[in-house]
Amino acid sequence: MSAQTLSINGREFGFEPGETILAVARRHHIDIPTLCHLKGAMPTGACRICVVEVVGAKTLLTACNTKVDAGMQVQTESPTVVAARKLIIQLMLSSGNHNCAVPGSDRQEWTDFQIKVQGEDGSNQLCPVWGDCRLQDLAFRYQVSPERLDVTPARYPMETVNPFIVRDFSRCINCGRCVQACNEVQVNNAIQFGYRGPEAKIIAADDKPLKDSDCVFCGECVQVCPVGALVEKEGRYSVRLWETQQVRTTCSYCGVGCQLDLHVKDNRVVRVTGVDAPPNNGSLCVKGRFGYHFVNSPERLTDPLIKENGKFRKASWDEALDLVANKFKKIRDTHGGDSMGVLVSARMTNEENYVAQKFTRAVLKTNNIDHCARL
Amino acid sequence: MTNTIADIEQADVILVTGSNTTENHPVLSTFVKRAAKFRGAKLIVVDPRRIKLTEFAHFWLRPNLGTDVAWINGLMHVILKEDLHKKEFIQNRTEGFDALRKVVEKYTPDFVEGITGIPAENIVAAARMFAQAKTGSILYCMGITQHISGTDNVKSLANLAMLTGHLGAPGTGVNPLRGQNNVQGACDMGGLPNVYTAYQPVADLGMAKKMEDAWGVTGLSTQPGLTVTKMLPKAHSGELKALYIIGENPMVSDPDLNHAEKSLKHLDFLVVQDIFLTETAQLADVVLPSACFAEKEGTFSNTERRVQRVRQAVTPPGESKDDWWITSQIATRMGYAMQYPNSRAIFEEIARVTPSYAGITYNRLENEGLHWPCPTEEHPGTPILHTQQFTRGKGMFHAIEWIPPAEQVDEEYPLYLTTGRVLYQYHTGTMTMKSADLNERAPESFVEISGKDAEKYKLQEGDQVTIASRRGEIRVRVQIQDKAVEGTVFIPFHFAQGAANKLTNAALDPVSGIPEFKVCAVRIGKAA
Repeated sequence: MSAQTLSINGREFGFEPGETILAVARRHHIDIPTLCHLKGAMPTGACRICVVEVVGAKTLLTACNTKVDAGMQVQTESPTVVAARKLIIQLMLSSGNHNCAVPGSDRQEWTDFQIKVQGEDGSNQLCPVWGDCRLQDLAFRYQVSPERLDVTPARYPMETVNPFIVRDFSRCINCGRCVQACNEVQVNNAIQFGYRGPEAKIIAADDKPLKDSDCVFCGECVQVCPVGALVEKEGRYSVRLWETQQVRTTCSYCGVGCQLDLHVKDNRVVRVTGVDAPPNNGSLCVKGRFGYHFVNSPERLTDPLIKENGKFRKASWDEALDLVANKFKKIRDTHGGDSMGVLVSARMTNEENYVAQKFTRAVLKTNNIDHCARL
Repeated sequence: MTNTIADIEQADVILVTGSNTTENHPVLSTFVKRAAKFRGAKLIVVDPRRIKLTEFAHFWLRPNLGTDVAWINGLMHVILKEDLHKKEFIQNRTEGFDALRKVVEKYTPDFVEGITGIPAENIVAAARMFAQAKTGSILYCMGITQHISGTDNVKSLANLAMLTGHLGAPGTGVNPLRGQNNVQGACDMGGLPNVYTAYQPVADLGMAKKMEDAWGVTGLSTQPGLTVTKMLPKAHSGELKALYIIGENPMVSDPDLNHAEKSLKHLDFLVVQDIFLTETAQLADVVLPSACFAEKEGTFSNTERRVQRVRQAVTPPGESKDDWWITSQIATRMGYAMQYPNSRAIFEEIARVTPSYAGITYNRLENEGLHWPCPTEEHPGTPILHTQQFTRGKGMFHAIEWIPPAEQVDEEYPLYLTTGRVLYQYHTGTMTMKSADLNERAPESFVEISGKDAEKYKLQEGDQVTIASRRGEIRVRVQIQDKAVEGTVFIPFHFAQGAANKLTNAALDPVSGIPEFKVCAVRIGKAA
């Protein structure tokens, strides 16, 4: 038990020197909402959604970057706090094309707004991240009525010229998570805040499309974007979170072994996201995140093939396996096991490599087995 | 890796050599970049190309191709001369120190500058920086190993780590970055000509007996087999009659492809098991369709020896099957019954015959992987190797002299060529080239050349050029890039069209059998 304590919502907790209110609260499962806060990056307090009331403080304080003092008395959901959060959410909702149909939207302006947004999106669908958006979650949680403030028109057009990623500035809340993900987590230093005040925009290079900047399309920014401002180009409207199942597995590219979730819809891999666990702690690279199309490729082999007169024909497993077994047997028995070789694969699982070397040694009776470790 | 990926971020100095980390191990490179940018770690990059990581480096040492032993000996020379070596570590944990001291004596900074082209003062400064840091981590990749002196290069890095005591503790280590998802596992599982699982030697009679008992067979060969780079010449000469290739594409990945193709065509019987009809599969007599990683259960072992689960997300297309099922079927039809109900049962057998995996079970891997060695079910795994002693007891210093690469530039072939990968493609491209957006970023083969060389050979960005070596000739487009250093060009090896490996040299390291992909001599000219 630490010597020093603070109280959160009337309960006493110990803390370590230098800890933030958010860190102590999270450790004790007290939910303070956040938008801009990003694990592994320096907290900025930019979005202010994590404000809390601290006895004796003149204003509400942002929990993510306020260090705890001994004896501090914190309220995380007081009426003042809730009112402040509602206002922040309302300001954010009114600052762009947030057409997520928050309950209570029965006014005529809502319909006009919806039609306008669909026109700008070039789609008759709701926001591409509907159901997978932290801002929408908070609007529901705090029952923010869409009594809309004057909606500011989208200042910057959508950027669709890039591979992999669509940047929709009309849905950006300028929380800066993407900037931190790019500069502090992946350290690719491709994007930053540009312009000032109401002109604020996340820019790449000197305000160029991502494809003409230092961006390497790792997609970390897309994964951390709490709203619909950064969305994967593919499946932008056709893949909805609730339609997919996630299966955790290990990436099949380089040897880092990133943990990833394959998102599956109709027996197809349609999206890949990083899992917040070692070794990658949520990060992926462009291949791991966007290079999954080979799985569903129409060029995949689907049947055993036997070559006859220089051409392949399809064969049944029984026919192909018998042919291979008989040939191998004949060559082994005539020329000896050392006249044969097996190349295994750094692509296969341990189990498959084990079975292949066992086969080589126990059945072919040779140690002529190797793989591409050298290539 | 002797240490873990997370551990890199704890190092006070990081020496990265022969690894274009940001393109080949992008996620791992984030640990290096964060350490240098936010944690105050010193970064030394030793690479013939001005790779992205040099932007984060305190020192970029640019060695001539194939001169690694020389600069490493040079660092050690300075460390010894300035008395910066870790005497207690050397005394307690190593042997062979005197021979090392003797051999590095002549590698003065000036002598090393003459071989490597690295300015003498940078050798001195980098040596001090590495030796004086509290903890130092060495990361290396194929730029170190793919040389005729590959084994010597690795041993030299191990010498450097032992000399400075940067081993066996957090933030230290000799850390090879494995380029393929399960190349570590393929080695661990005995996919090598000289060892069973966990590097148990095939030449050891006791080991053969143990495996015979475990597998219920007799007559296991105690003669080490052929490496891939020796199998192909034997196929060419007719000694090797049949090859069973599972998930490999030597028709793009091997050196001197023209020779490789002739060799494979010479076989009596070639079986290729793969997910695509690769360049290699097209040469096969029988092609067997297998499931890919997203369609199967199993485990991969990553570069930090962490065994992690692979899980099935979708069903395999058509008739394609798990590789283990196919191999087991062939075995069974040859009269040796291999009947596993699932991959878990295979893993249980692996644990029984593999000491370093003995304590690992699927249940333990459910949420997070385990680092081998993990000898018992109670053992937490081993994130850092060699904390108390080395595998052989004392760490052995190897006294190593530099030898030049097998091929050097001359009047006819005046440029050095080195090869590697680019960010947006992977190995022979069978997987990445199925993604349109990846192809948009890296559509075709190219030659990366410095501005000065472009001027010298009167080449413009985008020009079609012919590049020729003593073994072959390809046509590719010119990319004038800052990464390139005058006198050396780079070509990625991914592409079957404009294949870099039509040019590369099949000269091998005598110990590991690795080809010298990283150095050969070429000439360049505008395509007709």
